[in-house]
Amino acid sequence: MSVVDRQEWDVVVVGAGGAGLRAAIEARERGCRTAVVCKSLFGKAHTVMAEGGIAAAMGNANEHDSWQVHFRDTLRGGKFLNQWRMAELHAREAPDRVWELETWGALFDRTEDGRISQRNFGGHEYPRLAHVGDRTGLELIRTLQQKVVALQQEDFRETGDHEARLKVFQECTVTRVLKDGDRVGGVFGYERESGRFFVLEAPAVVIATGGIGKSFKVTSNSWEYTGDGHALALLAGAPLLNMEFVQFHPTGMVWPPSVKGILVTESVRGDGGVLRNSEGERFMFRYVPDVFKEKYAETEEEADRWYDDPDRNRRPPELLPRDEVARAINAEVKAGRGSPHGGVFLDVSTRMPAEVIKRRLPSMYHQFKELADVDITAEAMEVGPTCHYVMGGIAVDSDSAAARGVPGLYAAGEVAGGMHGSNRLGGNSLSDLLVFGRRAGRHAAEYAAALAAARPRVDDVQVDAAAAEALRPFSAEAEAGTDGDAEVAVAHDGPGGRPPENPYTLHQELQQTMNDLVGIIRREGEMRQALEKLAELRVRARRAGVEGHRQFNPGWHLALDLRNMLLVSECVARAALERTESRGGHTREDCPSMDRAWRRINLLCTLTDPTGGLAAADPVSGRIHLARETTEPVRPDLLALFDKEELVKYLAEEELYE
Amino acid sequence: MSGYQARFKVWRGDVDGGGLEDFQVEVNDGEVVLDIIHRLQATQVPDLAVRWNCKAGKCGSCSAEINGRPRLMCMTRMSVFDRAETVTVTPLRAFPVIRDLVTDVGFNYRKAREIPAFVPPAGLGPGEYRMMQEDVDRPQEFRKCIECFLCQDTCHVVRDHEENKTAFAGPRFLMRVAELDMHPLDAAADTGLDRERTAQEVHGLGYCNITKCCTEVCPEGIKITDNALIPLKERAVDRKYDPLVWLGAKIRRRGAGG
Amino acid sequence: MATGTEPPATEPPQARGGVRGATRAAIAAPHLRTDRWWLAPAATAAGLLAFVVYSTWRAFADTDYYAAPYVSPFYSPCLAERCRPMHAGPNWELFGGWWGISPAIIILLFPLGFRLTCYYYRKAYYRSFWASPPACAVAEPHRTYTGETRFPLVLQNLHRYFFYAALVVAGILTYDTALAFRDEHYAWGHMGLGTLVFLLNIVLIWAYTLSCHSCRHIVGGKLKHFSRHPVRYRMWQVVSRLNARHMLLAWASLVSVALADLYVWLVASGAFDDPRFF
Repeated sequence: MSVVDRQEWDVVVVGAGGAGLRAAIEARERGCRTAVVCKSLFGKAHTVMAEGGIAAAMGNANEHDSWQVHFRDTLRGGKFLNQWRMAELHAREAPDRVWELETWGALFDRTEDGRISQRNFGGHEYPRLAHVGDRTGLELIRTLQQKVVALQQEDFRETGDHEARLKVFQECTVTRVLKDGDRVGGVFGYERESGRFFVLEAPAVVIATGGIGKSFKVTSNSWEYTGDGHALALLAGAPLLNMEFVQFHPTGMVWPPSVKGILVTESVRGDGGVLRNSEGERFMFRYVPDVFKEKYAETEEEADRWYDDPDRNRRPPELLPRDEVARAINAEVKAGRGSPHGGVFLDVSTRMPAEVIKRRLPSMYHQFKELADVDITAEAMEVGPTCHYVMGGIAVDSDSAAARGVPGLYAAGEVAGGMHGSNRLGGNSLSDLLVFGRRAGRHAAEYAAALAAARPRVDDVQVDAAAAEALRPFSAEAEAGTDGDAEVAVAHDGPGGRPPENPYTLHQELQQTMNDLVGIIRREGEMRQALEKLAELRVRARRAGVEGHRQFNPGWHLALDLRNMLLVSECVARAALERTESRGGHTREDCPSMDRAWRRINLLCTLTDPTGGLAAADPVSGRIHLARETTEPVRPDLLALFDKEELVKYLAEEELYE
Repeated sequence: MSGYQARFKVWRGDVDGGGLEDFQVEVNDGEVVLDIIHRLQATQVPDLAVRWNCKAGKCGSCSAEINGRPRLMCMTRMSVFDRAETVTVTPLRAFPVIRDLVTDVGFNYRKAREIPAFVPPAGLGPGEYRMMQEDVDRPQEFRKCIECFLCQDTCHVVRDHEENKTAFAGPRFLMRVAELDMHPLDAAADTGLDRERTAQEVHGLGYCNITKCCTEVCPEGIKITDNALIPLKERAVDRKYDPLVWLGAKIRRRGAGG
Repeated sequence: MATGTEPPATEPPQARGGVRGATRAAIAAPHLRTDRWWLAPAATAAGLLAFVVYSTWRAFADTDYYAAPYVSPFYSPCLAERCRPMHAGPNWELFGGWWGISPAIIILLFPLGFRLTCYYYRKAYYRSFWASPPACAVAEPHRTYTGETRFPLVLQNLHRYFFYAALVVAGILTYDTALAFRDEHYAWGHMGLGTLVFLLNIVLIWAYTLSCHSCRHIVGGKLKHFSRHPVRYRMWQVVSRLNARHMLLAWASLVSVALADLYVWLVASGAFDDPRFF
């Protein structure tokens, strides 16, 4: 094996979205030399796509708001499956995290008296989302990026080197978390630009890689969302939690085909947009589930009054949590009341004057005008569900964001599980990034500092194995018949001589499979079929081959990302098959109702054979082991925030009497 | 409308050389140039290097030059071209090429570091910031910037004169100076930092000859020249060239200091 | 490693060159634009040239610039002893008999300077006359470029002074327009076609002058907090709206001023009789 460049850092953060950057800032401010590794250019992270806002109970728009109300909304949205301590910390700390952004230069939209303006959003009782038009994610990422630069400028003044204590390795991909025994020892990765390998040795690694949407065909997620962090954690021996919960955002673009899935922000509905079917009916009134009956308007008149007088009217059902709206749209389309391109109509043009639309929803106006030739101030948009977010993720400790079972490994943001339960409320993701990004950075820094004298070591065997794994796609053709790489246990794919697989084709088949068989509405038979297909793809992916050389070769990059997508997809499918109820982002046609008994059950995915390398596992039985775990009871003072009648709908008998 | 075969010329190569290669490729209804580049990757040239990310005009990754004009590939609809037309796609020509459509945009990241960051006002804690919407409107326009660097690419000051890259920050980062200077709570002045003066003396504002190409190519429609660069030039004039302002300031300072 | 966030290890050699430089993508063509990018600079050049030729001829002609009650805007105010007498008109003999050439030259310096340093005209002539750049993403022919950092172009910063002067000139032209409500015997309360021409011209001159970027800056743009200066904020908003049409106003007022002069010339030279309304 070639000599691989090695560097020593205190904390390595994988991912430079909101959570990663917030973690890196925290670790650096606590004195740790911090490296951030990201697949894209610095500042391009998927966080920029977040439109609506950051949920934080600052009470600027409605003084009745408080962290308790926010906590309550979050638990309701997640159907009580949330890791309640995370939801509590999140609701308590979110306002501070938002205000902190202002001290770093963020410019949110303002209220009349100069405070941060807050807007309504689905599932939030009060207007709570701090926002900047509909480009809040951009503001967040830019503010964090500029804070990183500010810290680098500080370091430059002191040391003459901008990157002495905080460095961003942009356009680099991490393929393995390296270990020293049980503990984390660093990461192995490659530069996308040159294809060169490198090792960053560090006692603490924060994973903040975001989601898994690229395993689905119709998705609002970018190419980066290949479940890298989920897979890295699995491969390092950490469990994933409740991976069956995948959020389908109710409103993605449906036409033209090339933009299918691109997000239409929930603010469209928060600001007054309504959903109609092909018959012109505001159909959401028919889809208010029992648990939400008291909170939502029953007539259009009441719903319309709510925008101006929220205290004396109930909110419109368009603002139900996302899972409810997505299912309703799905049902309308299935019933033949869809729009020409298989969605429903989302209309603001009849609800607001054109210039108000342009001011409040500038990027939506722009997006539809440029990409679909639709003027949203004059006609309705066509929208339909799109894979948007994964609630499941790395199982972490609520307070410290430490991954279970692997000392030194932390996770924050979308890649971490638990916070959002079975369904995330809009606006809670950006606040989640900030709250738990900071916590992960802080605890990683403390952990790393405590180990200063006894840094873990990374042996060459692991590095060589990781390099061999990464180089595999280049030798795919030669592999059949010869004995492959000796360092990795290679399972042979039967008789040799078959041509290598095109990674793009494999990816498309995977996306189609997940979309069709483990999508928004799930059935047992289809999920079994999906698992078979995944097993087949896994075998074929071993032969994914690429042309060309290592310098900026997207085919190679995709071939490597396929490993992660396949692992994560298997987790989703297995967990979805196991959970025989419908809850939040997991809807089973064959088990259509929510089952209180399942509320206490978490599903944990681990690697069947974490020691043997990937190929050692039997392709048919799969690589994922699934375990059930009973959740910790909610703390009584938090339960007391809810009415008894409401709790009865969610909690099992025995929990109620405890 | 149905699909058709389009003719494309795509630049392939690296710093050692390269050239335009011809392709015939299928185009379907509603597609953008980036879709076609992806189709080339998936069907003809799997190692065609291209940067992209959100594919919705929000991240500013897929900047390239299409028929000689700096644009985002994801926001350039194929319907703007004639079907018989050959569409030429090249990397940004102001930056060093890495491979195919990917260039080294490190220049921009280095320049970003040269702009002193926001200085929080002393005595105001988190949560105590009060700013009026009319005061944040101007800097908010500049914060719409998605850092696609098309303005940096098209600006002839550096595009046509490599040697100016040292002295000139480029429209994106002069706009950043303007943004901070117009931030209602930026306290740089209290620390002795005069952003208006440094715009001219450190970041090369004088190189700009306001020929407005940055504004023309901005995919976010930010009026870079009219709202950022010219106001910044005017502020520099306040500092250095305007006798009336100088006199006014003298008198007022003697008065109350406002 | 990674995409160049580190400064180059050594000072880069004073690399020169543009799109065909050694590190750039190897493309021989100076540009690959397929549209008619040359049209705008060519049209601009033609328009500006036409005005320069006409105005130079008229400025030096020193004749036919007054036809009571109209004075050509090129000759207003008329500040030399040699000026035609204009009853109550804008002629003040500040320059004695020693001033031997056309009196237009004295005053034209100010509007000329205002327009020459105007942010719009700068763009126009940098592009169309100096090809710096000829159009966006079209390589410029010059080997070096220092922009407005050095003499003489650093003098563009004097735009502010010319703006103040332009206010005075616009004031005088307003006075001229008021005088145009007289008849040829200086009796008030009359109007002719020329009055309309003058009215149109003065409206456009004011609109152009007030839409100037310097004006926008002075009335409010320089403020950090609009919220503390509501009146100036309103003014800034009005000027900003005008400013968005600065280019249009620049051309319109250029044409209208030439038209006003042409009208006076035609009347003064007897080629045309000013139709009187009342």
